Amino acid sequence: MARDRNRWLSAYALIVYGLLFAPIVVLIIFSFNKARRGLVWQGFTFDWYPKLFANDELLDALTVTLEVALVAVIVSTVIGSLLGLGLARLRFRGRGATETLLLVPMITPEIVMGLSLLLFFLQLFDAHGSLTQLWIAHITFCVSYVAVVVRARAASMDPRLEEAARDLGASAWGAFLHVTLPLIAPAVLAGGLLAFSLSFDDYVVTTFNAGVGSSTLPLYIYGKIKFGVTPEINAISTIIVAVTAIAILIAWRAGAFETGPRQPVADEAAG
Amino acid sequence: MGAAVQPAETPAASTPAAAAPGRVARVRSAAVVLPGVGWLVLFFVVPLALIFVVSLGSRDALDRITLANPSLDNYARAFDPVFIPTFLNSIKFASITTILSLAIGYPIAYWISRYGGRHKVLLIILVMLPFWTSYLIRTYSWIILLRDNGVVNALLQAFGLTSEPIILMNTDLSVILGMTYGFLPFAILPLFVSIDRLDPNLIAAGRDLYASGRQAFLHVTLPLTMPGIVAAGLLTFIPALGDFVTPDLLGGPGTTTIAKNIQELFLAGRDWPYGAALGFVLMIVTLTGTLVALRTLRREVVGGD
Repeated sequence: MARDRNRWLSAYALIVYGLLFAPIVVLIIFSFNKARRGLVWQGFTFDWYPKLFANDELLDALTVTLEVALVAVIVSTVIGSLLGLGLARLRFRGRGATETLLLVPMITPEIVMGLSLLLFFLQLFDAHGSLTQLWIAHITFCVSYVAVVVRARAASMDPRLEEAARDLGASAWGAFLHVTLPLIAPAVLAGGLLAFSLSFDDYVVTTFNAGVGSSTLPLYIYGKIKFGVTPEINAISTIIVAVTAIAILIAWRAGAFETGPRQPVADEAAG
Repeated sequence: MGAAVQPAETPAASTPAAAAPGRVARVRSAAVVLPGVGWLVLFFVVPLALIFVVSLGSRDALDRITLANPSLDNYARAFDPVFIPTFLNSIKFASITTILSLAIGYPIAYWISRYGGRHKVLLIILVMLPFWTSYLIRTYSWIILLRDNGVVNALLQAFGLTSEPIILMNTDLSVILGMTYGFLPFAILPLFVSIDRLDPNLIAAGRDLYASGRQAFLHVTLPLTMPGIVAAGLLTFIPALGDFVTPDLLGGPGTTTIAKNIQELFLAGRDWPYGAALGFVLMIVTLTGTLVALRTLRREVVGGD
């Protein structure tokens, strides 16, 4: 009886996993189809890929996307990690308010955040979208995610480890650099990766804040999708999926997904 | 969450910052927290306040925003009967997506937790992998599947189930399928965490007291994982409610949602004050919904323990 249910459940799980990946697999397969239109398989081709690298509009969009993502990742990882660390380890006035301030951007609909920044730049600076505006917008929606990831890790860390370092003569900075930072490093890496993927992927906030000459890859792809399915978009998508999968694999190996503490002493402090 | 708060509650003397002289500690706290707080206040709170300010304004002859005669007219328009169907449509999409995600996600989360063994992390990563992949690309992949000469129609015809292609794209169904696909990982993760934390001994105890498998599930597993269900529902409903990409790409011109309406007002219609009012309403609905869900969550957690 129990084994039967187990088998049904496993079959069900297999189907759901299959369905999760099926659309992406189909997309990848079609990026190698010779046919320009339709479903009929007209033979394997690798032609769509080199064509991407001859497409200037696409390459410009990719450059802007990477520029924005790079700035967004660096700034949001630094200030987000500090914020997460501070919330996990420090006592200060307005802690509750800071927690709320951190969480509200994460539940705010993207479209609201996008239009609020559009109005902000327009009303206060008479700016109509620019690369700088994209930097600021992307940093803003990344900070909370980094902070939450780092806070979870820092909270599960035993504060006595840092104290021990101080007792052994380390300066506050030295204890941070040699004890705290290595311990939260996987979370900082995970937060940075999350920020990169959020920034690289963003369409809604970007569409409200991009200006002439600051069109990003999602904006480019979106414009093309509106006109239908094309092998070029299949090929770009395949590259993005492949890069994402590899990045996640690396992050997994680097321990970015380890949320729990490795040292047993910390359990007591966290629980 | 509870664990996250704990260390800060420990006696002042044991935290390194508090052990340092008061003033230095305060300066250090400020240096750690202020950049992030300052950033969010300047670029999140102020712009949000600005939405409200603009929503009170109107358009002048040149389509610019003017605050000459502040009024709540835009809100009156937002709750005009003409707009109600759009609003209900958004709620309908978000609700169905949430219910489907919970129904599909719970057994998966349960399966990973109970039978995942040492592959649990890998299985969760596999669920999250599509989530890490571009949302745009995931939505696009459904166009390939659902369009008239798409994969699904080709399969249906190959098996002789239909002779003519069925219209799947630009329907409510395509929007709901796309949303459920997009947000399912958001549901599975909190469900998994909640189910995985459940002590199997509690279920065993239920069985020992002669509960059937079903009864044990209904009276032990389900109530104890309710916080996870609420969190999963919230994490699906909120993004689905404000989603713009799916209704725009998978729903046709006939599919109206709040987010689509706002986008049109801003990027095409130029009626920004009205768009701002709709945005503010969406924000308030989202915040209220979250607050209510969090209340429930807290009550469930307290009641459950």
